[in-house]
Amino acid sequence: MKKKIGMSRKQIFPVTTGLLTLLVVLLLTALPATAQQPTPPPLISDDQVNAIAKEMYCPVCENVPLDVCPTQACAQWRELIREKLAAGWSEKQISDYFVEQYGARVLATPPATGFYWMIYLVPPAVILLGLFILYRALSAWKQPAPAMPGLTQRTGSTAPATDEYIQRVEEELKKQK
Amino acid sequence: MIANLGYGSLVITFLSSLYGVFAAIYGVRRKEPAWVDSARHAMLLTFPLLTITALSIIYLLVAGHYEVSYVASVTSESMPLFLKVTALWGGQAGSLVFWSWLMAAFASAVTLRKWERDREFLPWVIVVSLVTLAFFLLLNIFVENPFERLWLTPSGNVQPAMFQPSGATLFTPQDGQGLNPLLRHPGMIIHPPMLYLGFVSFIIPYAFAIAALITGRTDDRWIRITRRWTLVAWLFLSLGLILGGRWAYDVLGWGGYWGWDPVEIAAFMPWLTGTAFLHSVMTQEKRGILKHWNMVLIILTYDLVIFGTFLTRSGILSSVHAFAQSAIGPLFFSFIGLTFVASLALLMNRWNELKAENEMSSVFSREALFLLNNFLFIGILVVCFWGVIFPLVSEALGIVGQRIPALSHIFTGQKVTVGPPYYERATGPLFAGLLFLMGIAPLSAWRHSTFKTLGRAVWKPLAASIVVLAIILISGVHNWAALLGFWLSAFVALVTLYEFWRAALARHRQHGESLPEALWRLAGRNRRRYGGYVIHLGVVLMAIGIIGIEMFQTETQATLKQGESLSLGRYTITYDSLANFDYRDGRNVSRAVVSVTRDGKYVGQLFPRRDYYYESQQPMTIPGVRSTWEDDFYVLLVDWQPISTQSATFKVYHNPLVNWLWFGGIVFILGTLVAAWPDRDPEPAAVKATSRFKGAEASAR
Repeated sequence: MKKKIGMSRKQIFPVTTGLLTLLVVLLLTALPATAQQPTPPPLISDDQVNAIAKEMYCPVCENVPLDVCPTQACAQWRELIREKLAAGWSEKQISDYFVEQYGARVLATPPATGFYWMIYLVPPAVILLGLFILYRALSAWKQPAPAMPGLTQRTGSTAPATDEYIQRVEEELKKQK
Repeated sequence: MIANLGYGSLVITFLSSLYGVFAAIYGVRRKEPAWVDSARHAMLLTFPLLTITALSIIYLLVAGHYEVSYVASVTSESMPLFLKVTALWGGQAGSLVFWSWLMAAFASAVTLRKWERDREFLPWVIVVSLVTLAFFLLLNIFVENPFERLWLTPSGNVQPAMFQPSGATLFTPQDGQGLNPLLRHPGMIIHPPMLYLGFVSFIIPYAFAIAALITGRTDDRWIRITRRWTLVAWLFLSLGLILGGRWAYDVLGWGGYWGWDPVEIAAFMPWLTGTAFLHSVMTQEKRGILKHWNMVLIILTYDLVIFGTFLTRSGILSSVHAFAQSAIGPLFFSFIGLTFVASLALLMNRWNELKAENEMSSVFSREALFLLNNFLFIGILVVCFWGVIFPLVSEALGIVGQRIPALSHIFTGQKVTVGPPYYERATGPLFAGLLFLMGIAPLSAWRHSTFKTLGRAVWKPLAASIVVLAIILISGVHNWAALLGFWLSAFVALVTLYEFWRAALARHRQHGESLPEALWRLAGRNRRRYGGYVIHLGVVLMAIGIIGIEMFQTETQATLKQGESLSLGRYTITYDSLANFDYRDGRNVSRAVVSVTRDGKYVGQLFPRRDYYYESQQPMTIPGVRSTWEDDFYVLLVDWQPISTQSATFKVYHNPLVNWLWFGGIVFILGTLVAAWPDRDPEPAAVKATSRFKGAEASAR
């Protein structure tokens, strides 16, 4: 007996979505008649579960991805993902459900909404600002500038330095002119 | 009794530190060297005193004095002796003592050096070291006391206290809780001391920098004195980080080596500024520029070291509440804030004296490329720092939003996770930029390089690297990020080897030495330069390993009955059997046996297992790994049927090229050793360095 499970998600998805649609259709049409009988669980592989769990974090442990967390609680959460997948939920629906239940912290990165935008905006903004300062400093160095005593004074207001060190660099770079 | 001895010694060290600070300042103010000498003696006294404290804790740990709260929380009867000893740094209180002990050792070693022409630095180096030490001792005495005993109060509660509460009796538990199972690994035994050694030795260059600022001796003397200290600090910190990665790979059971956990980042941040500093000080030595910037870098490194020490142990950033409840959080942040502001104030005070002696004349000069390198390191630092504190900021602002309804629309934040996708996306391009600079900077010359001269030096290795790129492309790699990474790695490796080759060939021609001999002598003549190149080669090897595992890792998981198989790529495992037994050190072991075939050929058995520690009720997943140069085949036992063991769930990872990462780490450390190895005659080294530099400049042209 040999199980071949190393399929890529692309290979798995058409099969399972087809299967799931079929199942949903069957369930819907046969609902009144088969309500008493247990439906056979669709085949949701561990890889499908892990593909979703990988993008989430254990709601109780600190900084442990859900797909590898060894605790019993996380094993149950993975089972929950399996059930939801079997019920035909999409990845988005499942992660939304987890966020609703346990908060935004179950996501590997904060959702791009409201204040959380700051996590994505601040580093590029600071880095771009630094790059701009660096560019100006280097281009000033390239052409030996005439001595301008005014520049040796602090002119912090010209650039909105959000960062202490960037401000330091800026001040120092200005002095080099 | 021993607890009292250790505690007494701790308190005396604290008092001695305070006295030393006072005596040093008083001696300088009054111009009475006798007081400074007295401060020096106080400094020297801290090490033997803290040795008594540390040995007392070790004695209590080994002898099993469970009435001491710390001992009960980190050891148990069943633990082997070496783990009982290393439990000294297995918990917060003990690790703070350990930190102070190492700090005292390093500071004492510095105090013992010949000061002769640097005497004016001495009192201030003592002050900075002792203020830092006193802060850590203060935490140990008042907040995290490793000698607190457990007391049974008349109301029936057990509470830890240093001195007997009224009416209470000493409480001795039967056994301790034992060391956190995650820490029971050889990697975890060496990793924290290495990290701590790295941390504490970075305090020495900082102390000299502050001494330079206070005394006004703002030439590059402080940099020259501390050059080797900085390299040693960097060596230990790098070693600590690499060992930490290896430990995670072996023990944490998630198929990776680095998870961008705040604790990891905490140790990585001082490394980033330290690395920037190592490069940037060369600019000051050779060209007399970027003096302010070097000061900023060492100040940042110092405060990030303190921040890192605090973060790695306390877990305090996990939530605002944890932060607010513990006294240690506010204390640490006050100390970091105070030292940062005070250091910057001192820097401002000397701002005009730290003027650049030269101008930067070309954007392609080595100094300009070093500046760019610094920019990228600081960029990575910004990403890391923001990622680490963001969950706390978000949660804190969320609380503000709840309290003040007017702000509730803006501040909706709750606690969030900032995980690997954020860090990988944000730092990836910056790391790529660093690799590229690593390729071109060694070929640029100080001061003079132009686009033309640099181009002339670069084109040969560049052309060769493009050939390598073509080969990789033909061999079937089509992931553009991986291609870029491999190309950059090839470029850096070729440039570095080309540099070795050129210089060795020149020696061979000039002195008639054989090529290996020329190479050996070359490295001996300018260790910092060639040690640095070896480090670059190490980084390239590590980069290849990281690209391999990050971009090409595959995984699968399935539940198998005995005799069933699971395939991943060219590998197949077959589940043979599973045994479950208790082990004498207090764990229950479930150990599976799987046979592995590669392309249908049997290559051996692996034994993934799950250890369950009864005392701490914690499971540990230990992988079974088949390791080759090409890849690691990494099998985890995820679950099994408890009684019949008829079926078990396995998770299997294929980690291509990951061993290049570990091998690269070894090369990296060897390179650092070459660079940091003491000179036979340290004083004239400065003179030699200048002449070497001229030679190097000529060769780079």
